[in-house]
Amino acid sequence: MHNTVQEQLTYREAMREAIREAMLHDANVFLMGEDVGHYGGCYAVSKGLLQEFGESRIIDTPLSESGFVGAGIGAAMGGMRPIVEVMTVNFSLLALDQIVNNAATLRHMSGGQISVPIVIRMATGAGKQLAAQHSHSLENWYAHVPGIKVIAPATVADARYMLAMALADPDPVMLFEHVMLYNHKAPVPNPTDCPAMAQAVVRKQGPDITLVSYGGSLLKALEAAHALAEQQINAEVIDLRCLRPLDTETLFASVNKTHRLLVVDEGWRTGSLAGEICALVAEHCFWTLDAPPQRVCSQEVPIPYPKHLEEAATPQVEQIVTTAKQIMYR
Amino acid sequence: MKTITMPSFGADMEQGKLTEWNVKPGDTVHKGEIIATIETMKGLIDMEVFDDGVIEQLLIEPGSEVPVGEPIATLRRLGDVAVEAPPVKAPLVEKSATPLQTDQAAHISSPPPETTATIASQPDLALSANQGHQTSPLISPAARYQAELQGINWGALPAGSGPNGAIVLADLERYIQADQQQLNVTTPTAAPRSIEQDVNTLKMRQAIAAVVSQSKREIPHYYLSHDISLTHALQWLKKYNEDRQPESRILINALIYCAIAKALQKFPAFNGFYQNNQFQPAEQVHLGNAINLRQGGLMVAAIHNAEALSPVSMMDKLKDQVIRAREGHLKMSEMQDATITISNLGDRGSDSILGVIFPPQVALLGIGRVREVAWVEGQHIKPVTIVSISLAADHRVTDGHDGARLLNKINKLLQKPEQLV
Repeated sequence: MHNTVQEQLTYREAMREAIREAMLHDANVFLMGEDVGHYGGCYAVSKGLLQEFGESRIIDTPLSESGFVGAGIGAAMGGMRPIVEVMTVNFSLLALDQIVNNAATLRHMSGGQISVPIVIRMATGAGKQLAAQHSHSLENWYAHVPGIKVIAPATVADARYMLAMALADPDPVMLFEHVMLYNHKAPVPNPTDCPAMAQAVVRKQGPDITLVSYGGSLLKALEAAHALAEQQINAEVIDLRCLRPLDTETLFASVNKTHRLLVVDEGWRTGSLAGEICALVAEHCFWTLDAPPQRVCSQEVPIPYPKHLEEAATPQVEQIVTTAKQIMYR
Repeated sequence: MKTITMPSFGADMEQGKLTEWNVKPGDTVHKGEIIATIETMKGLIDMEVFDDGVIEQLLIEPGSEVPVGEPIATLRRLGDVAVEAPPVKAPLVEKSATPLQTDQAAHISSPPPETTATIASQPDLALSANQGHQTSPLISPAARYQAELQGINWGALPAGSGPNGAIVLADLERYIQADQQQLNVTTPTAAPRSIEQDVNTLKMRQAIAAVVSQSKREIPHYYLSHDISLTHALQWLKKYNEDRQPESRILINALIYCAIAKALQKFPAFNGFYQNNQFQPAEQVHLGNAINLRQGGLMVAAIHNAEALSPVSMMDKLKDQVIRAREGHLKMSEMQDATITISNLGDRGSDSILGVIFPPQVALLGIGRVREVAWVEGQHIKPVTIVSISLAADHRVTDGHDGARLLNKINKLLQKPEQLV
């Protein structure tokens, strides 16, 4: 590795480096999932790892999410540090029972005796024309569940360094990788570019309106913030990074400063994480709000296959800009 | 330990709104120091403290409206032992922040249409406001909080720039700016103030109405007027002002006020209060100067110990007081202490005034227009500058004979202006 500042790294490569580093660092770490070995992962994250670490640590599994996630949970209970890759969040529903009923509850039900230090990685989100069964953003479902932590690295630095934090956590951590981020490039990061796992980060400072986002929507929020800046609206952009637990301190500090909130969330509007954030802000920042908190979410339809409809169904920069201007009464 | 209560700035005052604290718990204060600003129907008034001590507790928040006599703070006087006082809670009489009416609240809390909610498509709150009863204007929580903090009566603000005319922070900032520029009322930014002014003017009219009605109901007025030649006074003034910069010159009014104050010293039956069927003369002459306010209404501010003032210091007091009255920064003592009122309408062109006494005072002196008239002296007619000084007095306390002597005394003093110095 050449850690020069100019050298670029993609999100995909950063994630791969993170897995490599974890495996080199701890013999108890292994990667398991559909097509992670010979095929190199359906988003090519684990490409080359089988050759480097062998079949005992890079394990191709049958197409049975409930089975291999359950196996991962068992391994974690037995002292291993498994990284389980599920192709997409859509398929993770087959493992919902394992995750929600087992991984999330065992510490509680065993009176603290059993830890489940598993990391379950999966792709999420729309944008690649993969149609309704491969394009949804269901991370909020997991963020609803006590007993697990949910993170969504949105930058190359977070992709590179958040996995290690997730593995260090004694409890289950769900790690969501938005499909549109894999090709995103940035200069090779340093560990210092990645703050603590549960901390939200202000990606752009501004006094006028707080844009809250995470994962795949963060880049859109930042792009919208730059477009707004040209119209003399100086937005602050918060990257949540961790969807459970939420870093409300950073959120409230920003809203108390800007008096306005817009949440950008690719999840469906109803029952969304965006709704939770709006509710928290209404509860805690009511007297500093100068406008009703607003959300830009996905339309309440299964994500369509045609490109123009897929774009129309998911949050886009223009819509963020328009809504932000409405909140500013402009 | 002393409990400081909401002061009364007049018999007609029932409650006051604390606009601002100038002190915080732990502050050392001295007698006469201004500790708070109180908003009454008469405008903003600075509240003084009457003891030396340390402020222990502030019992009400800025923006709270409490009845006269209600505890608002506690003071540990010098010499008092510091003890933990039981908290005294002042009940709020009427918050200017009236809660939303239920039907309106229901509209606000009803969820927006499932997927298409935007700010523009929120329920039209203005419509629900129109259902037979008065309603508060829409205001964002942040703007409302700021308004309360700054003691702004947001219920009286004009519609803002938010949806359905909601007042938002930016409107409030414009309003505050306009308020600060109030002295330059011609600036267009002052426009949003108009409704606020209307409400204040209405309140002030109500206060004036109560006072003058009581006066005319209870006080048997009699009226006298005396034309006074200002020849000597103006000559003396001309000489005095000759070598002085414009800002240090004296106006004829200062001389007239001095003459009135000194005359009243000799006629104490016109200077004091009639209360409980009995007249109590005041020891000092605190001249109540009726000041008309630009936004409408008037205010009476006392010039303390006016009998002891030279024309120069009288001039200073007059100037200072008019400015402060119009900015709303009169002191409590100035509002309460006047023992007699002077109404000066000469500037507006009236030759003389038949005034209404300001109870519990027993007399009001009117100063008319300083004007040139044909004056007969001996066998000659000549142009002379005169002023008509009139008296409205309480017949329960004095008779016309006394009143005539008072006016004559003022006349005599104005003929020897050098003795006023």
